[in-house]
Amino acid sequence: MAAAVQAVEAAEAGKVDPMKQFTIEPLLGSDWQLSDGINIAFTNSALWMAITAVLVWVFVAGGMKRQLVPGRWQMAVESMTGFIDDLLEANVGKAGRKYVPYIFTLFMFILFGNLLGLVPVGLIPGIHAFTFTSHFTATGVLAIMSFSIVLIVGFWKHGFHFFSLFWPSNTPAFLALPISLIEFVSFMVRPFSLALRLFVAMMAGHVLLKVLASFVIAGGGAGPALGAAIGIPSFVLMVAISALEILVAGIQAYVFALLTSLYINDAENLH
Amino acid sequence: MPQIDQIAETLSSQVFWLLVFFGLTFLVVGLGMVPKVMGTVDLRDQQIAGDLAAAQAARDEATAQEDAWRKRENANRAAAQGVIGEAKAKAAAANAAKLAETQARLDERLAQAETAIAAARNSAMAEIEDVAADAARDIVARVAGADVEPAAAQAAVKEVMAHG
Repeated sequence: MAAAVQAVEAAEAGKVDPMKQFTIEPLLGSDWQLSDGINIAFTNSALWMAITAVLVWVFVAGGMKRQLVPGRWQMAVESMTGFIDDLLEANVGKAGRKYVPYIFTLFMFILFGNLLGLVPVGLIPGIHAFTFTSHFTATGVLAIMSFSIVLIVGFWKHGFHFFSLFWPSNTPAFLALPISLIEFVSFMVRPFSLALRLFVAMMAGHVLLKVLASFVIAGGGAGPALGAAIGIPSFVLMVAISALEILVAGIQAYVFALLTSLYINDAENLH
Repeated sequence: MPQIDQIAETLSSQVFWLLVFFGLTFLVVGLGMVPKVMGTVDLRDQQIAGDLAAAQAARDEATAQEDAWRKRENANRAAAQGVIGEAKAKAAAANAAKLAETQARLDERLAQAETAIAAARNSAMAEIEDVAADAARDIVARVAGADVEPAAAQAAVKEVMAHG
Protein backbone atom coordinates (compact mmCIF):
# COMPACT_ATOMS: atom_id res chain seq x y z
CA MET A 1 0.00 0.00 0.00
CA ALA A 2 2.76 2.36 1.00
CA ALA A 3 4.50 1.23 -2.10
CA ALA A 4 1.46 2.08 -4.21
CA VAL A 5 1.20 5.60 -2.86
CA GLN A 6 4.87 6.24 -3.35
CA ALA A 7 4.64 4.81 -6.81
CA VAL A 8 1.75 7.15 -7.55
CA GLU A 9 3.85 10.10 -6.48
CA ALA A 10 6.75 8.82 -8.47
CA ALA A 11 4.47 8.35 -11.45
CA GLU A 12 3.16 11.88 -11.00
CA ALA A 13 6.71 13.07 -11.01
CA GLY A 14 7.02 11.46 -14.39
CA LYS A 15 8.88 8.30 -13.46
CA VAL A 16 8.39 5.28 -11.22
CA ASP A 17 11.58 4.86 -9.26
CA PRO A 18 11.52 1.70 -7.10
CA MET A 19 14.67 2.89 -5.35
CA LYS A 20 13.27 6.21 -4.20
CA GLN A 21 11.86 4.58 -1.05
CA PHE A 22 15.39 4.05 0.21
CA THR A 23 16.34 7.72 -0.02
CA ILE A 24 17.48 9.19 3.26
CA GLU A 25 16.23 12.72 3.87
CA PRO A 26 17.20 14.93 6.77
CA LEU A 27 14.19 15.87 8.88
CA LEU A 28 15.88 17.93 11.57
CA GLY A 29 19.24 19.54 12.06
CA SER A 30 20.70 18.93 8.64
CA ASP A 31 23.73 20.91 9.83
CA TRP A 32 24.20 19.05 13.14
CA GLN A 33 27.76 17.88 13.42
CA LEU A 34 29.38 15.61 15.96
CA SER A 35 32.71 17.15 15.11
CA ASP A 36 33.96 18.88 12.03
CA GLY A 37 32.65 17.12 8.96
CA ILE A 38 30.76 14.37 10.80
CA ASN A 39 27.13 15.07 10.02
CA ILE A 40 24.50 13.64 12.34
CA ALA A 41 21.32 15.07 10.88
CA PHE A 42 18.15 13.50 12.26
CA THR A 43 16.92 11.73 9.12
CA ASN A 44 13.81 9.74 8.26
CA SER A 45 15.96 6.67 8.86
CA ALA A 46 16.77 7.89 12.39
CA LEU A 47 13.07 8.64 12.95
CA TRP A 48 12.11 5.03 12.16
CA MET A 49 14.92 3.76 14.37
CA ALA A 50 13.45 5.91 17.14
CA ILE A 51 9.93 4.58 16.47
CA THR A 52 11.33 1.05 16.55
CA ALA A 53 13.10 1.70 19.85
CA VAL A 54 9.93 3.18 21.38
CA LEU A 55 7.74 0.31 20.16
CA VAL A 56 10.16 -2.31 21.48
CA TRP A 57 10.13 -0.48 24.79
CA VAL A 58 6.31 -0.26 24.79
CA PHE A 59 6.02 -3.94 23.91
CA VAL A 60 8.33 -5.10 26.70
CA ALA A 61 6.99 -2.56 29.20
CA GLY A 62 3.51 -4.01 28.65
CA GLY A 63 4.79 -7.33 29.91
CA MET A 64 6.34 -5.95 33.09
CA LYS A 65 3.36 -6.55 35.37
CA ARG A 66 5.28 -9.50 36.81
CA GLN A 67 2.09 -11.38 37.60
CA LEU A 68 2.31 -14.96 38.73
CA VAL A 69 -0.45 -15.87 36.30
CA PRO A 70 0.45 -13.86 33.20
CA GLY A 71 -2.02 -11.94 31.07
CA ARG A 72 -1.91 -12.09 27.28
CA TRP A 73 0.60 -9.28 26.83
CA GLN A 74 2.87 -10.52 29.59
CA MET A 75 2.62 -13.98 28.05
CA ALA A 76 3.67 -12.57 24.65
CA VAL A 77 6.69 -10.75 26.13
CA GLU A 78 7.70 -13.77 28.21
CA SER A 79 7.44 -16.05 25.19
CA MET A 80 9.79 -13.70 23.27
CA THR A 81 12.38 -13.63 26.06
CA GLY A 82 11.91 -17.36 26.50
CA PHE A 83 12.44 -17.83 22.76
CA ILE A 84 15.77 -15.98 22.86
CA ASP A 85 16.72 -17.71 26.10
CA ASP A 86 16.06 -21.13 24.52
CA LEU A 87 17.97 -20.10 21.38
CA LEU A 88 21.05 -19.23 23.43
CA GLU A 89 20.64 -22.23 25.69
CA ALA A 90 20.56 -24.51 22.64
CA ASN A 91 23.47 -22.88 20.80
CA VAL A 92 25.78 -21.66 23.56
CA GLY A 93 24.61 -23.56 26.64
CA LYS A 94 24.34 -22.31 30.20
CA ALA A 95 26.91 -19.60 29.55
CA GLY A 96 24.59 -18.19 26.88
CA ARG A 97 22.25 -16.68 29.43
CA LYS A 98 24.32 -13.54 29.89
CA TYR A 99 23.89 -12.69 26.20
CA VAL A 100 20.09 -12.73 26.37
CA PRO A 101 19.78 -8.94 26.84
CA TYR A 102 21.91 -8.25 23.74
CA ILE A 103 20.42 -10.94 21.50
CA PHE A 104 16.91 -10.05 22.64
CA THR A 105 17.48 -6.37 21.86
CA LEU A 106 19.07 -7.27 18.53
CA PHE A 107 16.22 -9.59 17.55
CA MET A 108 13.43 -7.25 18.61
CA PHE A 109 15.10 -4.20 17.08
CA ILE A 110 15.54 -5.89 13.70
CA LEU A 111 12.12 -7.56 13.83
CA PHE A 112 10.28 -4.35 14.65
CA GLY A 113 12.37 -2.40 12.13
CA ASN A 114 11.56 -4.94 9.40
CA LEU A 115 7.86 -5.08 10.24
CA LEU A 116 7.48 -1.31 10.56
CA GLY A 117 8.72 -0.94 6.99
CA LEU A 118 5.78 -3.08 5.87
CA VAL A 119 3.12 -1.11 7.72
CA PRO A 120 1.08 0.73 5.06
CA VAL A 121 1.46 4.15 6.65
CA GLY A 122 1.93 5.50 3.12
CA LEU A 123 -1.87 5.54 2.89
CA ILE A 124 -1.68 8.71 4.99
CA PRO A 125 -0.62 11.50 2.61
CA GLY A 126 2.82 12.89 3.24
CA ILE A 127 4.04 10.01 5.38
CA HIS A 128 6.48 7.50 3.98
CA ALA A 129 7.40 4.22 5.56
CA PHE A 130 11.12 3.66 5.78
CA THR A 131 12.88 0.39 6.46
CA PHE A 132 16.19 1.22 8.08
CA THR A 133 17.21 -2.45 7.85
CA SER A 134 17.32 -2.02 4.06
CA HIS A 135 20.46 0.07 4.49
CA PHE A 136 23.76 -1.68 4.87
CA THR A 137 25.02 1.25 6.86
CA ALA A 138 22.50 0.26 9.57
CA THR A 139 22.79 -3.52 9.24
CA GLY A 140 26.56 -3.12 9.04
CA VAL A 141 26.66 -1.44 12.43
CA LEU A 142 24.59 -4.24 13.92
CA ALA A 143 26.81 -6.87 12.31
CA ILE A 144 30.01 -5.15 13.48
CA MET A 145 28.59 -5.00 17.01
CA SER A 146 27.89 -8.74 16.97
CA PHE A 147 31.29 -9.47 15.46
CA SER A 148 33.02 -7.25 18.02
CA ILE A 149 31.29 -9.10 20.85
CA VAL A 150 32.60 -12.38 19.41
CA LEU A 151 36.14 -10.99 19.17
CA ILE A 152 36.08 -9.40 22.62
CA VAL A 153 34.63 -12.49 24.32
CA GLY A 154 36.96 -14.77 22.39
CA PHE A 155 40.17 -12.93 23.23
CA TRP A 156 38.99 -12.14 26.78
CA LYS A 157 38.25 -15.76 27.59
CA HIS A 158 40.93 -17.56 25.59
CA GLY A 159 43.61 -14.96 24.86
CA PHE A 160 45.79 -15.85 21.90
CA HIS A 161 44.49 -19.40 22.13
CA PHE A 162 41.38 -18.00 20.38
CA PHE A 163 43.40 -18.22 17.15
CA SER A 164 43.05 -22.01 17.38
CA LEU A 165 39.52 -21.35 16.06
CA PHE A 166 41.22 -21.28 12.64
CA TRP A 167 42.80 -24.67 13.17
CA PRO A 168 40.11 -27.33 13.50
CA SER A 169 41.16 -30.14 15.82
CA ASN A 170 42.75 -33.24 14.25
CA THR A 171 43.86 -31.33 11.16
CA PRO A 172 46.93 -32.95 9.58
CA ALA A 173 49.92 -30.63 9.72
CA PHE A 174 50.35 -30.31 5.96
CA LEU A 175 46.72 -29.10 5.69
CA ALA A 176 47.05 -26.67 8.57
CA LEU A 177 48.06 -23.67 6.47
CA PRO A 178 45.42 -23.88 3.72
CA ILE A 179 42.65 -24.80 6.17
CA SER A 180 43.50 -22.05 8.63
CA LEU A 181 43.55 -19.62 5.71
CA ILE A 182 40.10 -20.75 4.61
CA GLU A 183 38.84 -20.64 8.20
CA PHE A 184 40.27 -17.16 8.65
CA VAL A 185 38.60 -15.88 5.48
CA SER A 186 35.26 -17.44 6.42
CA PHE A 187 35.58 -15.91 9.88
CA MET A 188 36.34 -12.46 8.51
CA VAL A 189 33.44 -12.72 6.04
CA ARG A 190 30.95 -13.18 8.88
CA PRO A 191 30.15 -9.51 9.57
CA PHE A 192 29.71 -8.86 5.85
CA SER A 193 27.43 -11.85 5.35
CA LEU A 194 25.42 -10.88 8.43
CA ALA A 195 24.96 -7.30 7.27
CA LEU A 196 24.41 -8.04 3.58
CA ARG A 197 21.93 -10.89 4.15
CA LEU A 198 19.53 -8.68 6.10
CA PHE A 199 20.04 -5.62 3.89
CA VAL A 200 19.55 -7.57 0.65
CA ALA A 201 16.52 -9.51 1.88
CA MET A 202 14.75 -6.36 3.04
CA MET A 203 15.69 -4.30 -0.01
CA ALA A 204 14.74 -7.00 -2.51
CA GLY A 205 11.24 -7.41 -1.08
CA HIS A 206 10.58 -3.70 -1.06
CA VAL A 207 11.91 -3.23 -4.59
CA LEU A 208 9.75 -6.11 -5.80
CA LEU A 209 6.66 -4.59 -4.19
CA LYS A 210 7.47 -1.22 -5.74
CA VAL A 211 8.03 -2.70 -9.20
CA LEU A 212 4.71 -4.53 -9.04
CA ALA A 213 3.05 -1.34 -7.85
CA SER A 214 4.48 0.46 -10.87
CA PHE A 215 2.93 -2.29 -13.05
CA VAL A 216 -0.45 -1.54 -11.48
CA ILE A 217 -0.01 2.20 -12.16
CA ALA A 218 1.26 1.69 -15.70
CA GLY A 219 -1.52 -0.80 -16.45
CA GLY A 220 -4.12 1.63 -15.16
CA GLY A 221 -2.70 4.31 -17.39
CA ALA A 222 -2.90 2.06 -20.47
CA GLY A 223 -6.68 1.78 -20.48
CA PRO A 224 -9.29 -0.38 -18.72
CA ALA A 225 -8.67 -3.65 -20.58
CA LEU A 226 -4.91 -3.66 -20.22
CA GLY A 227 -5.26 -2.25 -16.72
CA ALA A 228 -7.41 -5.21 -15.66
CA ALA A 229 -5.17 -7.71 -17.43
CA ILE A 230 -1.92 -6.41 -15.89
CA GLY A 231 -3.04 -4.46 -12.85
CA ILE A 232 -5.21 -7.06 -11.13
CA PRO A 233 -2.71 -9.96 -11.26
CA SER A 234 0.06 -7.60 -10.20
CA PHE A 235 -2.01 -6.38 -7.29
CA VAL A 236 -2.87 -9.93 -6.20
CA LEU A 237 0.82 -10.78 -6.40
CA MET A 238 1.62 -7.70 -4.30
CA VAL A 239 -0.76 -8.91 -1.58
CA ALA A 240 0.85 -12.36 -1.62
CA ILE A 241 4.36 -10.93 -1.58
CA SER A 242 3.42 -8.59 1.27
CA ALA A 243 2.46 -11.70 3.26
CA LEU A 244 5.75 -13.31 2.27
CA GLU A 245 7.60 -10.17 3.32
CA ILE A 246 6.08 -10.38 6.80
CA LEU A 247 7.47 -13.90 6.99
CA VAL A 248 10.85 -12.73 5.67
CA ALA A 249 10.89 -9.91 8.24
CA GLY A 250 10.60 -12.49 11.03
CA ILE A 251 12.99 -14.98 9.44
CA GLN A 252 15.73 -12.42 8.81
CA ALA A 253 15.52 -11.14 12.38
CA TYR A 254 15.70 -14.74 13.58
CA VAL A 255 18.61 -15.58 11.29
CA PHE A 256 20.55 -12.54 12.48
CA ALA A 257 19.99 -13.49 16.13
CA LEU A 258 20.69 -17.18 15.44
CA LEU A 259 23.95 -16.55 13.58
CA THR A 260 25.10 -14.08 16.22
CA SER A 261 24.47 -16.68 18.92
CA LEU A 262 26.33 -19.31 16.85
CA TYR A 263 29.30 -16.97 16.47
CA ILE A 264 29.20 -16.22 20.19
CA ASN A 265 29.25 -19.97 20.78
CA ASP A 266 32.57 -20.15 18.90
CA ALA A 267 34.03 -17.57 21.25
CA GLU A 268 32.41 -18.93 24.42
CA ASN A 269 33.07 -22.63 23.85
CA LEU A 270 36.28 -22.75 21.85
CA HIS A 271 36.92 -26.31 20.74
CA MET B 1 20.73 2.84 -5.28
CA PRO B 2 20.44 5.48 -2.53
CA GLN B 3 22.20 3.15 -0.11
CA ILE B 4 25.39 3.65 -2.14
CA ASP B 5 24.70 7.05 -3.70
CA GLN B 6 24.12 8.70 -0.32
CA ILE B 7 26.68 6.79 1.68
CA ALA B 8 29.15 9.64 1.99
CA GLU B 9 26.68 12.14 3.40
CA THR B 10 24.55 9.74 5.51
CA LEU B 11 27.00 7.19 6.91
CA SER B 12 27.87 9.17 10.05
CA SER B 13 24.24 10.03 10.74
CA GLN B 14 23.11 6.41 10.19
CA VAL B 15 25.80 4.98 12.46
CA PHE B 16 25.29 7.65 15.11
CA TRP B 17 21.52 7.35 15.37
CA LEU B 18 21.54 3.57 15.16
CA LEU B 19 24.04 3.44 18.01
CA VAL B 20 21.93 5.93 19.97
CA PHE B 21 18.61 4.14 19.54
CA PHE B 22 19.96 0.60 19.63
CA GLY B 23 22.05 1.55 22.65
CA LEU B 24 19.06 3.08 24.41
CA THR B 25 16.97 0.02 23.64
CA PHE B 26 19.76 -2.24 24.87
CA LEU B 27 20.22 -0.27 28.10
CA VAL B 28 16.55 0.29 28.91
CA VAL B 29 14.92 -2.84 27.52
CA GLY B 30 17.74 -5.36 27.25
CA LEU B 31 19.52 -4.66 30.53
CA GLY B 32 16.66 -3.03 32.45
CA MET B 33 13.57 -5.01 31.59
CA VAL B 34 14.51 -8.37 30.10
CA PRO B 35 16.20 -9.68 33.28
CA LYS B 36 13.08 -8.74 35.24
CA VAL B 37 10.81 -10.51 32.77
CA MET B 38 13.06 -13.57 32.88
CA GLY B 39 13.17 -13.29 36.65
CA THR B 40 9.38 -13.41 36.73
CA VAL B 41 9.45 -16.51 34.55
CA ASP B 42 12.10 -18.13 36.75
CA LEU B 43 10.13 -17.22 39.87
CA ARG B 44 7.02 -18.77 38.38
CA ASP B 45 8.91 -21.89 37.32
CA GLN B 46 10.35 -22.17 40.81
CA GLN B 47 6.95 -21.71 42.39
CA ILE B 48 5.43 -24.31 40.10
CA ALA B 49 8.29 -26.70 40.84
CA GLY B 50 7.89 -26.02 44.57
CA ASP B 51 4.14 -26.55 44.43
CA LEU B 52 4.62 -29.76 42.48
CA ALA B 53 7.21 -30.96 44.98
CA ALA B 54 4.90 -30.09 47.88
CA ALA B 55 2.03 -31.91 46.18
CA GLN B 56 4.28 -34.90 45.58
CA ALA B 57 5.39 -34.86 49.21
CA ALA B 58 1.77 -34.64 50.40
CA ARG B 59 0.87 -37.49 48.13
CA ASP B 60 3.78 -39.61 49.39
CA GLU B 61 2.77 -38.78 52.96
CA ALA B 62 -0.83 -39.80 52.25
CA THR B 63 0.36 -43.04 50.63
CA ALA B 64 2.60 -43.79 53.60
CA GLN B 65 -0.25 -43.11 56.03
CA GLU B 66 -2.57 -45.26 54.03
CA ASP B 67 -0.01 -48.06 54.05
CA ALA B 68 0.44 -47.71 57.79
CA TRP B 69 -3.31 -47.70 58.28
CA ARG B 70 -3.68 -50.74 56.06
CA LYS B 71 -0.94 -52.55 58.00
CA ARG B 72 -2.62 -51.69 61.27
CA GLU B 73 -5.99 -52.68 59.91
CA ASN B 74 -4.60 -55.98 58.65
CA ALA B 75 -3.00 -56.64 62.04
CA ASN B 76 -6.29 -55.83 63.80
CA ARG B 77 -8.19 -58.05 61.44
CA ALA B 78 -5.69 -60.88 61.96
CA ALA B 79 -5.96 -60.44 65.74
CA ALA B 80 -9.77 -60.50 65.53
CA GLN B 81 -9.60 -63.60 63.35
CA GLY B 82 -7.34 -65.18 65.97
CA VAL B 83 -9.74 -64.38 68.80
CA ILE B 84 -12.66 -65.70 66.79
CA GLY B 85 -10.76 -68.86 65.90
CA GLU B 86 -9.74 -69.40 69.48
CA ALA B 87 -13.30 -68.93 70.69
CA LYS B 88 -14.52 -71.28 67.98
CA ALA B 89 -11.95 -73.89 68.92
CA LYS B 90 -12.80 -73.57 72.60
CA ALA B 91 -16.52 -73.85 71.90
CA ALA B 92 -15.92 -76.83 69.62
CA ALA B 93 -13.76 -78.54 72.26
CA ALA B 94 -16.39 -77.92 74.94
CA ASN B 95 -19.10 -79.24 72.65
CA ALA B 96 -17.06 -82.29 71.80
CA ALA B 97 -16.38 -82.99 75.50
CA LYS B 98 -20.04 -82.59 76.40
CA LEU B 99 -21.07 -84.79 73.48
CA ALA B 100 -18.57 -87.45 74.45
CA GLU B 101 -19.77 -87.38 78.05
CA THR B 102 -23.40 -87.62 77.00
CA GLN B 103 -22.51 -90.34 74.58
CA ALA B 104 -20.71 -92.25 77.29
CA ARG B 105 -23.68 -91.88 79.64
CA LEU B 106 -26.07 -92.94 76.93
CA ASP B 107 -23.86 -95.89 76.02
CA GLU B 108 -23.73 -96.90 79.65
CA ARG B 109 -27.49 -96.67 80.06
CA LEU B 110 -27.95 -98.53 76.80
CA ALA B 111 -25.61 -101.26 77.97
CA GLN B 112 -27.44 -101.46 81.34
CA ALA B 113 -30.78 -101.61 79.59
CA GLU B 114 -29.54 -104.28 77.23
CA THR B 115 -28.18 -106.28 80.15
CA ALA B 116 -31.48 -105.90 81.97
CA ILE B 117 -33.37 -106.95 78.87
CA ALA B 118 -31.09 -109.92 78.39
CA ALA B 119 -31.51 -110.93 82.05
CA ALA B 120 -35.26 -110.52 81.83
CA ARG B 121 -35.32 -112.57 78.65
CA ASN B 122 -33.20 -115.29 80.24
CA SER B 123 -35.39 -115.51 83.33
CA ALA B 124 -38.45 -115.42 81.12
CA MET B 125 -36.96 -118.21 78.99
CA ALA B 126 -36.25 -120.27 82.11
CA GLU B 127 -39.78 -119.76 83.34
CA ILE B 128 -41.14 -120.72 79.95
CA GLU B 129 -39.00 -123.88 79.99
CA ASP B 130 -40.26 -124.77 83.48
CA VAL B 131 -43.86 -124.09 82.43
CA ALA B 132 -43.32 -126.06 79.21
CA ALA B 133 -41.75 -128.94 81.11
CA ASP B 134 -44.61 -129.00 83.61
CA ALA B 135 -47.08 -128.82 80.76
CA ALA B 136 -45.24 -131.59 78.95
CA ARG B 137 -45.33 -133.81 82.05
CA ASP B 138 -49.05 -133.12 82.53
CA ILE B 139 -49.73 -133.88 78.87
CA VAL B 140 -47.68 -137.05 79.01
CA ALA B 141 -49.36 -138.08 82.31
CA ARG B 142 -52.79 -137.47 80.87
CA VAL B 143 -52.23 -138.94 77.44
CA ALA B 144 -49.89 -141.84 78.23
CA GLY B 145 -50.47 -142.14 81.91
CA ALA B 146 -46.77 -142.29 82.36
CA ASP B 147 -45.06 -140.35 84.94
CA VAL B 148 -42.05 -138.56 83.45
CA GLU B 149 -39.20 -137.41 85.53
CA PRO B 150 -39.11 -133.60 85.69
CA ALA B 151 -35.49 -133.66 84.58
CA ALA B 152 -36.32 -135.73 81.49
CA ALA B 153 -39.19 -133.43 80.64
CA GLN B 154 -36.96 -130.42 81.04
CA ALA B 155 -34.33 -131.98 78.76
CA ALA B 156 -36.88 -132.80 76.12
CA VAL B 157 -38.30 -129.24 76.25
CA LYS B 158 -34.81 -127.84 76.00
CA GLU B 159 -34.03 -129.96 72.94
CA VAL B 160 -37.25 -128.96 71.20
CA MET B 161 -36.74 -125.26 71.99
CA ALA B 162 -33.20 -125.45 70.87
CA HIS B 163 -34.42 -126.83 67.53
CA GLY B 164 -37.01 -124.08 67.46
